[in-house]
Amino acid sequence: MSNEGPATIEAATVVKQQDARLQMFGEFWHYFSVNKGAVIGLFVFALLILIAIFAPLLAPHSPDDQFRDFFLTPPAWQEGGNAQFLLGTDAVGRDMLSRLIYGSRFSLAIGFVVVTTALISGVILGLLAGYCRGWVDTLIMRIMDIILAFPSLLLALVLVAVLGPGLVNAMIAIAFVLQPHFARLTRAAVMAEKTREYVVSAKVAGASHLRLMLVTILPNCIAPLIVQATLSFSNAILEAAALGFLGMGAQPPTPEWGTMLAEAREFILRAWWVVTFPGLAILITVFAINLIGDGLRDALDPKLKRS
Amino acid sequence: MPLLEIKNLTVSFDTAAGPFMAVQGIDLSIEPREVLAIVGESGSGKSVAMLAVMGLLPNTATVKADRMAFDGIDLLKLSPSERRKIVGKDISMIFQEPVASLNPCFNVGFQIEEVLRFHMGMDRAQRRARAIELMKLVGIADPEERLSSFPHQMSGGQCQRVMIAIAIACNPKLLIADEPTTALDVTIQKQILDLLVSLQAKYGMGLIMITHNMGVVAETADRVIVQYKGRKMEEADVLSLFESPKSNYTRALLSALPENAVGDRLPTVSDMMFEPAPSAAGAAS
Amino acid sequence: MSTTVLEGKNIVRDYHIGGGLFTGPRTVHAVKGVSFKVDKGKTLAIVGESGCGKSTLARIITLIDPATAGDLFIDGNKVDIVRNPLTKEMRRKVQIVFQNPYGSLNPRQKIGDVLGEPLLINTDKSAAERRDLAMKMLKKVGLGHEHYNRYPHMFSGGQRQRIAIARALMLNPSLLVLDEPVSALDLSVQAQVLNLLADLQDEFQLTYVFISHDLSVVRYIADDVMVMYFGEAVEYGSRDEVFADPKHSYTRTLFAATPRADVASIKARLAKKKAA
Repeated sequence: MSNEGPATIEAATVVKQQDARLQMFGEFWHYFSVNKGAVIGLFVFALLILIAIFAPLLAPHSPDDQFRDFFLTPPAWQEGGNAQFLLGTDAVGRDMLSRLIYGSRFSLAIGFVVVTTALISGVILGLLAGYCRGWVDTLIMRIMDIILAFPSLLLALVLVAVLGPGLVNAMIAIAFVLQPHFARLTRAAVMAEKTREYVVSAKVAGASHLRLMLVTILPNCIAPLIVQATLSFSNAILEAAALGFLGMGAQPPTPEWGTMLAEAREFILRAWWVVTFPGLAILITVFAINLIGDGLRDALDPKLKRS
Repeated sequence: MPLLEIKNLTVSFDTAAGPFMAVQGIDLSIEPREVLAIVGESGSGKSVAMLAVMGLLPNTATVKADRMAFDGIDLLKLSPSERRKIVGKDISMIFQEPVASLNPCFNVGFQIEEVLRFHMGMDRAQRRARAIELMKLVGIADPEERLSSFPHQMSGGQCQRVMIAIAIACNPKLLIADEPTTALDVTIQKQILDLLVSLQAKYGMGLIMITHNMGVVAETADRVIVQYKGRKMEEADVLSLFESPKSNYTRALLSALPENAVGDRLPTVSDMMFEPAPSAAGAAS
Repeated sequence: MSTTVLEGKNIVRDYHIGGGLFTGPRTVHAVKGVSFKVDKGKTLAIVGESGCGKSTLARIITLIDPATAGDLFIDGNKVDIVRNPLTKEMRRKVQIVFQNPYGSLNPRQKIGDVLGEPLLINTDKSAAERRDLAMKMLKKVGLGHEHYNRYPHMFSGGQRQRIAIARALMLNPSLLVLDEPVSALDLSVQAQVLNLLADLQDEFQLTYVFISHDLSVVRYIADDVMVMYFGEAVEYGSRDEVFADPKHSYTRTLFAATPRADVASIKARLAKKKAA
């Protein structure tokens, strides 16, 4: 075996490593795909992302184009419908389908931004609280408790009222409201991991506090955070829609689903399609993401117990 | 007629990596009043076989056997509800973690009486009297007082005594003890083993001891089955197993005992076989 | 020629349990004034049942927790982690191996990184040097190059314990604390790990503090034995002394309770059963 140089060993280990990754993913997929609902949810969510990316290509009209001759046209299959507007038009003659397609962009963006912000701040706070304990823990967690004590929508509403209505401010407010959930979850996970023997081993090896927190403990707390992030994603979309509906979120004429609902409020009895379709869009998106979240929980949690 | 008779038992689990055979064609029988030990290391399928008899395996498991009969009754032909009447009454089982096996929400008296109500249909006063009698039998002092204790107020050894009390509550014909002393200290282990063996002799039960500890086997068993990776390696009465083991595996296992060490290093089993793969260990525990 | 690597004088450890709503604060004496001394290349076994304070003592010796009172000397230097922060020099002298092979390795860390981490933190060695040393150590504990890039969950219990031992040895410690290193392992694997520990002790002149509840293992590996009972060392002496002539009644109880797996005692038991 003398001719087996370090290069071949290197190559062999690289291949092994890829195998290992593949195997880990395969195992994850096995447990995830047991849950049929989760797979459907994932499919719908992927479709939604594609729709959001290719919105300009898919939408038959611009979302802001007003067709003055077609106020409140019913969907194409109904009497009085027009094949030009598949899902009908709203009160100022804008194509519903196009607005819904463009609206997916806003909803997804809200979800991503809110979850990322809440995740980062929540994880930092939770990590500090769980690792340091003592007065740091008490201070951080009592503040989190105070935030949680408010009805979340009400608190978001107050924040938006202070910051001024608008999509960005709405996202900040929602992130602020969701962030305690991440902090609590991280703290619990950190406290559980902190006493594990591998952490003590790292400490005996001389690792600093920062290293223990970020390199040793944090990566092992990720699984529950992924699940929480998925479920918060749908929560964020719902709350953004609620704020939009109350006129405190995205401002007209932005084709955000919640805002669309708000604009259509007075036509509920006359034109069912102006409220039903944005509502359905929100429902399907949130439902799909929740299904994914459940599937993730099933796939990731037993894995935690096994290792 | 044997108390429990199993022929060609196979259990496989459905895992991410495909089916995993935990038990492969095991034959086993135990006579009334006999102590049978099943020995094996992790991944040998020793617990899985008995859980299959009890019908306690998860849905991912597939159980196949040519014959599985208890006291002449074919367990394979029974409906789940008929089977539940036998399991827990005529066959009962105790587990490794005594504290985890008891429900922390209820006091031990309630947990003993629950079994009596379900299987024996006794009334309140009878149950109470029988529970006190059982607590005395398993050697718990002040049984009247201790009946209202909660599991977290008792030590591991006491919890295991309560588990034994629950297991023998309905005068079972067969008691299966799955690593009953592994989580306990040596001095407590001794007491629990003595208790199990004396109860077995007193009531003429069949006792199946599942263990990985050769010392426990030597101190309790009449007959021994050695298992490795889901297969039976050897079956012998306890004396001949220790005196003249027939299979290589048993021989290697016995020579790996530190007390049998000759010289500086221990002989290892690796000459003939290797450590069980991690997947196997995971499935069995 | 024998030099003392570890010496403890009257080590005490109390835990103060803060008063709850209805109970006052209490003090639990986990270790009540224990003294011991281990020479280079020797093994001190600490035996006792759960709750006797042996793991607390292990954490004190490994400099994880401070002692409440008493003096601890390592390589002749007095160590006090409360007053003086630990130097890196001191840190690398004592390492520990834990009981549970499934909990002692970081599940998200590759074996290579597990072994390289102590070097990364404590030395200025380059990545290539660290890799080299880790590979050598893997070989030494009976694993191969191909294991370098794998994750802990791909290993069996015995292999993980080998990795934990390898990690402890990366910094060339003089003292290794082994906290029930083989209790969670199967019999056949236990023998391999015990052999490995004996080999490593010969090769590096390591000093072991071996904590266990299993007397047969202790009898096999120890030079000196200390029996602990409720925080006190009730028996302390050379292995042969302790096993041949136990002084304390608790030690005798412990010996009597240990199951015997020899033919003579089986015969005796069967004869007794027949008579009954």
